[in-house]
Amino acid sequence: MPRIAGTDIPDNKPIYIALRYVYGIGPKHANDILAEAGIDGRIRAHELHEDQVAQISNIIENNYVVEGALRRQVQQDIARLRDIRSYRGDRHRRGLPVRGQRTQTNARTRKGRKKTVAGKKGVKGMK
Amino acid sequence: MPRSLKKGPFVDFKLYQKVEHLSQQNRREPIKTWSRACTIVPEFVGHTFMVHNGKVFHQVFVTEDMVGHKLGEFSPTRTFRGHTTGSKAMRSQGRV
Repeated sequence: MPRIAGTDIPDNKPIYIALRYVYGIGPKHANDILAEAGIDGRIRAHELHEDQVAQISNIIENNYVVEGALRRQVQQDIARLRDIRSYRGDRHRRGLPVRGQRTQTNARTRKGRKKTVAGKKGVKGMK
Repeated sequence: MPRSLKKGPFVDFKLYQKVEHLSQQNRREPIKTWSRACTIVPEFVGHTFMVHNGKVFHQVFVTEDMVGHKLGEFSPTRTFRGHTTGSKAMRSQGRV
């Protein structure tokens, strides 16, 4: 199994799909990389020649921010928003949606599992 | 959708002039402003603004990191004091 960009080991999927298992590489980047390397994206990852794997790794290393470095960058961007005490930073700090979504309902991804509050509208067995 | 690049950032012109004026005299006084939509440009760094939030003026000292943000982002408009505990909530609604 080929290893690309550190720990990621894609499998026997077509290479243009397999590349997306790398954090930071989606459909567009996968196709861009393969175009630059001149490799047909439809061949399976395990059918790749060693040279081709090396070539792909090389392109990613030199032109893309992926995996750990990208995760760190995102965390730094968020930390920056917090440090300058901006509204967005505040929303991150409180674990609420950052981009102006409603919070009366929904927003469960940010707020986590529902915490039922007695007496609130819709809770049965009250009154 | 972000603002068109053609237009450049929105900067309150009068506010900008005030900053320039202060900078020339090397003075650093808080500037009261209602212009929450004004983008922070590099010239603002090091100055202090009093940004209105609809009720009071929040003091905002502009650092380099804030460039590109709007003044209003640093002057919260809402107060959230946290939720009351369950029993208190019921009492206030006369449900005990």
